[in-house]
Amino acid sequence: MRHLMSPLDLTVGELEELLDLAQDIEADPGKYAHACDGKKLATLFYEPSTRTRLSHEAAMLNLGGSVLGFSSADSSSASKGESVSDTIRTVSCYADICAMRHPKEGAPMVACQHSSIPVINAGDGGHQHPTQTLTDLLTIRSLKGRLNHLTIGLCGDLKFGRTVHSLINALVRYEGIRFILISPEELRLPEYIRHDVLDRNSVEYEEVVRLEDAMPNLDILYMTRVQKERFFNEEDYVRMKDFYILDKAKMKLAPEDMYVLHPLPRVNEISVEVDSDPRAAYFRQVQYGVYVRMALILTLLDIHID
Amino acid sequence: MVKSTLNVGSISEGFVLDHIEAGRSMDIYKYLHLDKLDCCVAIIKNAKSNKMGKKDIIKIECPIDFMDLDILGFIDHNITINIIEDEKIVEKKQLKLPKEIRNVIRCKNPRCITSIEQELDHIFVLTDEENQIYRCKYCEEKYRRRN
Repeated sequence: MRHLMSPLDLTVGELEELLDLAQDIEADPGKYAHACDGKKLATLFYEPSTRTRLSHEAAMLNLGGSVLGFSSADSSSASKGESVSDTIRTVSCYADICAMRHPKEGAPMVACQHSSIPVINAGDGGHQHPTQTLTDLLTIRSLKGRLNHLTIGLCGDLKFGRTVHSLINALVRYEGIRFILISPEELRLPEYIRHDVLDRNSVEYEEVVRLEDAMPNLDILYMTRVQKERFFNEEDYVRMKDFYILDKAKMKLAPEDMYVLHPLPRVNEISVEVDSDPRAAYFRQVQYGVYVRMALILTLLDIHID
Repeated sequence: MVKSTLNVGSISEGFVLDHIEAGRSMDIYKYLHLDKLDCCVAIIKNAKSNKMGKKDIIKIECPIDFMDLDILGFIDHNITINIIEDEKIVEKKQLKLPKEIRNVIRCKNPRCITSIEQELDHIFVLTDEENQIYRCKYCEEKYRRRN
């Protein structure tokens, strides 16, 4: 039985198979409409996350399965002091697969050690959020036709942004990947990722502060939100949150075949005037998130449709 | 002035942990949970050493299959382990870094699941042998040594 704790749990070959399946689902969703008839997905969300929970639930419903679960710790036995391991043992009796989000890092890992059903890590604190990374990879591959030989601009909070860290870890496994790291000094990519991941894999990268300088050279621009909860004082947050605002003027500097991604929700880092630009791909990214989760559920349940 | 010598007798079966950095023997006593062993343990502090100036030594009299000493590789890989049978050294054990350490060090990341679920084992995994880096199995926080 397999679980998904980190994007790196999948080899490059397995990842390719998963993305192929997701693209087949996109091409012919009707073929998969009853693939999970009679199967149940439990969504165990110890903290609210509308997008990720609904995406998992939509994925299971699209496959003909059904869903059950809770959307905050208050409405679960955790509020009575039940441990993650006891909860998962119980839920294993009710469902065939589960997706868990937890504010504490490593909680899904605890769950998979005691579970008799596959566990999907749907985000554990600032640690991992593998289905977001799979979504990002599927979006990039669908839009650009490849995951190698790309220049990827990562912009915004590169210090605390787990989606950025995960995406870097996943992409360095492909040939010819080059990163342009766009951030203010205070939110630079941590040294351990630059050294342990980029340098160790001999991945080319440059760090710039001005978004305008990077725009003409990008295949993908991955925007991120500056998260208020990561700052200890309001003043620093206010100073950082308006540092990058992608607008029409900056989009004019980008190539015609560049695409803008964002894990969402956005605050003000992408002006709404950009939404109508055909290169704005962040809402298509949400749709790809459903396809890739459908592919993941099928893969972890070992269900094959010819 | 009369020079006094402290004599600690030899052991018939067990371990002699030699070349412990002076002053660290009590740490090792704690890491190995020697306080829970019902056998003879001698701790020698600040013994003379040509190589180290002074050193600590621990002698443990117990059956040799009784203890897992791999953890010493994590604590200090310069320690020499002499395995004693019939009062003779039958083997000098080379220390290696253990692949996994369980309930010896604790994860200090306040965001880690181990910070709220008290019954969980604290497990650290060797992720980079060359640089001797251990990470928490759950949150992957790097373990930072005190010195």
